[in-house]
Amino acid sequence: MNAAGFPILSLITWLPLVGGLVIMSVRGDEATVASNARWTALWTSLIVLALSLVLWVKFDPADGGFQFVEDVRWLPDYGIGYKMGVDGISILFVLLSTLLTPVCILASWDSIQRSVREYMLTFLILETMMVGMFCALDFIVFYIFFEGVLIPMFLIIGVWGGPRRVYSAFKFFLFTLTGSVLMLLAVLAMWFHAGTSDITVLLKTQFPASMQTWLFLAFFASFAVKVPMWPVHTWLPDAHVEAPTAGSVILAGVLLKMGAYGFLRFSVPMLPQASATFAPFMFTLSVVAVVYTSLVALAQEDMKKLIAYSSVAHMGVVTIGIFTFNVQGIQGAMFQMLSHGIVSSSLFLIVGVIYDRMHSRDIARYGGLADRMPKYALVFMFFTMASIGLPGTSGFIGEFLVIIGAMQVNFWLALLGGLGMILGAAYMLYLYRRVIFGRLTKADLRGILDLSPREITVFAPLVLITLWMGVYPTSFTRFFDAAVTQMVQHHAQAMAAPNSASLAQAGTPAIKLAGMQR
Amino acid sequence: MNWTLALPELVLSIVGMMILVFGVLRKGDNAFLASMFTIGGFVLAAFLVVSGSNGSGFHGQFVVDPFSSFMKELILAGAVLSLILSLDYNRQAGLSRFEFPVLMLFAVVGMLIMASASNMMTLYLGLELQSLALYVLAAFARDDLRSSEAGLKYFVLGALASGLLLYGISLVYGFSGTMDFTQLAKLLAKPETASPGLIVGLVFVLTGLVFKISAVPFHMWTPDVYEGSPTSVTVFFATAPKVAAMALLLRVMATPFGHLVGAWQQLIILISIGSMILGALAAIGQTSIKRLMAYSSIGHMGYALIGLATGTPEGIRGVLVYMVVYVFMSAGTFACVIAMRRKGQSVEKISDLSGLSRTDPGMALAFAVFMFSMAGIPPLSGFFGKLYVFMAAVQSGLWTLAIIGVLTSVVGAFYYLRIVKVMYFDASVEAFDPRPASLSFVAALGGLFTAFFFVFPAPFIDAAQAAAKVLFG
Repeated sequence: MNAAGFPILSLITWLPLVGGLVIMSVRGDEATVASNARWTALWTSLIVLALSLVLWVKFDPADGGFQFVEDVRWLPDYGIGYKMGVDGISILFVLLSTLLTPVCILASWDSIQRSVREYMLTFLILETMMVGMFCALDFIVFYIFFEGVLIPMFLIIGVWGGPRRVYSAFKFFLFTLTGSVLMLLAVLAMWFHAGTSDITVLLKTQFPASMQTWLFLAFFASFAVKVPMWPVHTWLPDAHVEAPTAGSVILAGVLLKMGAYGFLRFSVPMLPQASATFAPFMFTLSVVAVVYTSLVALAQEDMKKLIAYSSVAHMGVVTIGIFTFNVQGIQGAMFQMLSHGIVSSSLFLIVGVIYDRMHSRDIARYGGLADRMPKYALVFMFFTMASIGLPGTSGFIGEFLVIIGAMQVNFWLALLGGLGMILGAAYMLYLYRRVIFGRLTKADLRGILDLSPREITVFAPLVLITLWMGVYPTSFTRFFDAAVTQMVQHHAQAMAAPNSASLAQAGTPAIKLAGMQR
Repeated sequence: MNWTLALPELVLSIVGMMILVFGVLRKGDNAFLASMFTIGGFVLAAFLVVSGSNGSGFHGQFVVDPFSSFMKELILAGAVLSLILSLDYNRQAGLSRFEFPVLMLFAVVGMLIMASASNMMTLYLGLELQSLALYVLAAFARDDLRSSEAGLKYFVLGALASGLLLYGISLVYGFSGTMDFTQLAKLLAKPETASPGLIVGLVFVLTGLVFKISAVPFHMWTPDVYEGSPTSVTVFFATAPKVAAMALLLRVMATPFGHLVGAWQQLIILISIGSMILGALAAIGQTSIKRLMAYSSIGHMGYALIGLATGTPEGIRGVLVYMVVYVFMSAGTFACVIAMRRKGQSVEKISDLSGLSRTDPGMALAFAVFMFSMAGIPPLSGFFGKLYVFMAAVQSGLWTLAIIGVLTSVVGAFYYLRIVKVMYFDASVEAFDPRPASLSFVAALGGLFTAFFFVFPAPFIDAAQAAAKVLFG
């Protein structure tokens, strides 16, 4: 069947839902239910994490194709099947999702006291959707998971969020939905053109150049909102500020990656000509994002908002990397995504720690925390450095590779992209100084407690992974080496023979051009 | 002459007459028993539909094919669900009279005939049998001013639509010399030879039918009738008659006028766009959940019509899948709406749902599932309904329609989300009265169907495929 001997991807995808059903069936008084829900959710997510580690061990990095493939008949007569599989690009995102879910559950152990059962249930549903999305090898199935994420996230922001949660939840939902429905039409057009929605087939299908442009724009509508790229990023700061800590972690850690993953998985390999045509456009938006949102971050008074804007800037670097179409750029983008997934999640957790204690995210509310919270200050400093991209942390590798990749395309692109690192250092250090250093003058901060053992448990794996990624990146890059190289070669071939594309597709029987041109 | 083809209709009619006699002769509260007999009759009819054979009888006026069977099953399912929902509501509202299930039963007989009609005359008879029963049902709470108003409005506008339809039929007959669907299809095989008079007749027929599915611009009666009628009647309006009218519309457009697709396609496109836009925008400002559902149903008909606008078997299949999904969603939603009751009084403001997630988590969950599904969010069933019609639209190259469709679905998502917001994000108010088991049953059934449709879509889609194919001979 596959290297694991059982349908491991489906198991990883659907197991959280089973855990959710168990949580639903818990009876008793509120405290019992809450405690049972917490433990069930934690154990479920840990088992899923363990299973995804099996995936990690059994995965063959030398193979650039899809592994652990499962294919089940689902929708008849349509060429739409329930198909799952991972390659070097998606496997690490699966791991990222399964890693961050238990972290989130631990992080909300005490801070969520209201409707705990529903909270844990939505998180497990969210995990199913995220993992399923990265594993899906059928475009319709992908779309279902991609958009299914909206429901739990909407509830997480809206039910457990801050004062303006309703506005933020609606903004988040409607922004992403608008993009997604346009993508749905593009997916249907591709399905119609190729006669199947199997991603492995679509990756080999040539689409006519005129069609590629429209498809690219439709994908752009969806993925750019999700990344988010300037100027459709405005939902992100709102959503981050209002979401509970764990919600922000998932938003920054996984949901933003879904957009970039979409560009990498679909736009670039399936629409090579259009991607190349639109690359300058993408670069422009990305550079604006890097420079502009970094400057905006510098002016923030709210910690979560600052980190949210820094996320937009970091994701701008990712989109630069993707559209360089060279190995360094794309590998850098991949690495930057993983690194950002860990680092920005950790930064949101860090904000969550003091928010739980003081119920404020205002930077001005804090100061001099180093006196009372030395361990906290250390962890905060570590992730500040990782966010800046200090060598030895994961942040450095990604940005460095992207800049190398960008340099091969255009010097100014590399320069402006690199500017993000400098501005990043400015706003992160400024944040750190205002929160941690200085004199501890505020009376109520004198009693603030340092990290609890539970919080240390939450941060320890994240610190270790960040260091590991920074010191020995090969253990991660080896996963996507083959896949990225293959993708770059594929792109180069497609660009070298733009005219043969239209000839090749004319002979394919599944194509009904008459319908397309009407 | 093969009268066994009409066995379900005949059996139902006899059951209806027997219940009438029973109701008149037996003293005391006989509404519950009458309802049970009616449900029994529906189940029996559903069984007869499944086991019956295909063919055409009564000199070609009545046809049984996979399409009619599919629609009949759906009509009966919708009728059973809404009758179950009416049990408790009618008791509470003092409408517990045995005439209620009987009227419903005769309306359903009319609908079954509509699904099988293959002649303009059968079409009209079925439609009128259905409509007359529905007019009475709308005014069933005869001491309530709003209900009487709804009944009257429905009757006046419905009669107007029937008149238009009849006029259209006479024009079609006058210019072609036949009322038979297959004959018409043969005559119109060369669309360029169709006389303008016949096209005018076609437009009138279309108008009459579009009125029945309440699509723009013939939708005006819907919000008032939905709001004014007793909720037990509203839920019935929202399910079975919609399916029956859609069945009729599909068959008339695809079979006799199938070759004239060029003549009616533009109209259907306009009606579809209008319904989607109106359904999305007009519902935003509503405060009554029943009015909101009325506008939502207009929007849903707009989406379903996308499938018809393509004029292909794929499109019809999309409509059929959409109707299946729609019936279960609507019945479930109305189960929740009927359960909105405080101190014995029905409440129907959206704000009455405030904080439902804390006072009644089960009902809030079901309601949220229906709302997300109506907004078309995967993996819920509403998404699949939309997926299939959009697939057909893309296949036929109807890009404008598809793009307007997906964009209005985003606008529509706003008001569906608003209900979820009221239930989950807002502070809780007083709890509703305990739910009777019948409402929980329908809400749970609809909820499970909606939530887990994605696991087993194949049988429904296969059936819809088979049904859609026969319309195109």
